Amino acid sequence: MDTLSLPRQSQRLSPTVTDLFWGFFTLGLTGFGGVLPLARRMVVEKRHWLSGEEFSELLGLCQFLPGGNIINMSVAIGLRFQGVAGALAALFGLIAAPTAVVIAMGIFYDQFHDNPYVTHMFAGLAAAAAGLLISMAIKIVMPLRKRPVAIAVAVLCFIAIAVLKLPLLPTMLVLSPVSILATWRLEA
Amino acid sequence: MTSNLIDLATIFTQLSLLAFGGGNSILPEMHREVVDIHHWMTAEEFSALFALAQAAPGPNLMVVPLVGWHVAGWAGVFVSSAAKFGPSSLVTGIALHVWTRFKDRPWRRIVQSGLVPMTAGLVTASAAVIAEASAPSLVLAAVAGACAVVLTKTSVHPLFVLGAGALIGLSGLGQM
Repeated sequence: MDTLSLPRQSQRLSPTVTDLFWGFFTLGLTGFGGVLPLARRMVVEKRHWLSGEEFSELLGLCQFLPGGNIINMSVAIGLRFQGVAGALAALFGLIAAPTAVVIAMGIFYDQFHDNPYVTHMFAGLAAAAAGLLISMAIKIVMPLRKRPVAIAVAVLCFIAIAVLKLPLLPTMLVLSPVSILATWRLEA
Repeated sequence: MTSNLIDLATIFTQLSLLAFGGGNSILPEMHREVVDIHHWMTAEEFSALFALAQAAPGPNLMVVPLVGWHVAGWAGVFVSSAAKFGPSSLVTGIALHVWTRFKDRPWRRIVQSGLVPMTAGLVTASAAVIAEASAPSLVLAAVAGACAVVLTKTSVHPLFVLGAGALIGLSGLGQM
């Protein structure tokens, strides 16, 4: 990465609360189909708020914690530079425009969902969106295919949630420790 | 109205704290609460809202404010967004302070990689729940399947695939 050759700190710029808001606002508005790669480009390469290493390390934390990775990322970056105000600015910036867009689309859908063309169009869109989820599932499952224990846990979890329709909280309370213990003890 | 807002707050706070492995892992639970328990909408409507959110820019799970909107208008948008994004953000803020202490500990890596099979199961469950409601006809099932293949095998932008799906849908092919 080019970030390693740059002199540390000297190239780094500390964003203000306003910078954080508009930076993440742009990200929210332009990030179609995954914001994370764009986030890296903005934060590391364009605005030099963080080095590549720092970005990856924060991402490691955000992936470890509950919540969307990019949502957690915005909070972590905002907090790091401008405390609570920065975290709020980054988070609001990130979700403001997408929220307005989805609500506008939702209003359109509510108004016209009796129109057969609109119904048909949304049926096609929904099918494609289901395809998107299927592809995400494939991409997460494929790396596990040679790990029978991991696959067994994934199948158990799938059956509990998709087939038996069990609530998520008890399912996670039971299966998460099993998942962690099994992958650690049986595959390490 | 107020009881709906309280329900939204309770549901999304819980989902916020359980969303390990990103937003898509909690879709089945959201579906269960919104469709099966509270009957705020049908499975088809939930899938349509999810699809709308996928076509919008921004983070995953913009379906959250949409569900809030559907249930309780603007108040629903604010309550569901605050409940979904607030608690996990709070956890992130707290964890950031202790992160330097635990990021190199072996247990951190063990827990993180140990949760991957759970995420795999949950995202697969999400795909099943959404596909079940989104593909009522053979043509729509074929659209979902074709989109899945294209998005897995190629680097075509998801937005193009969603657009193509919408166009095929608009043609009314195989739909009543």
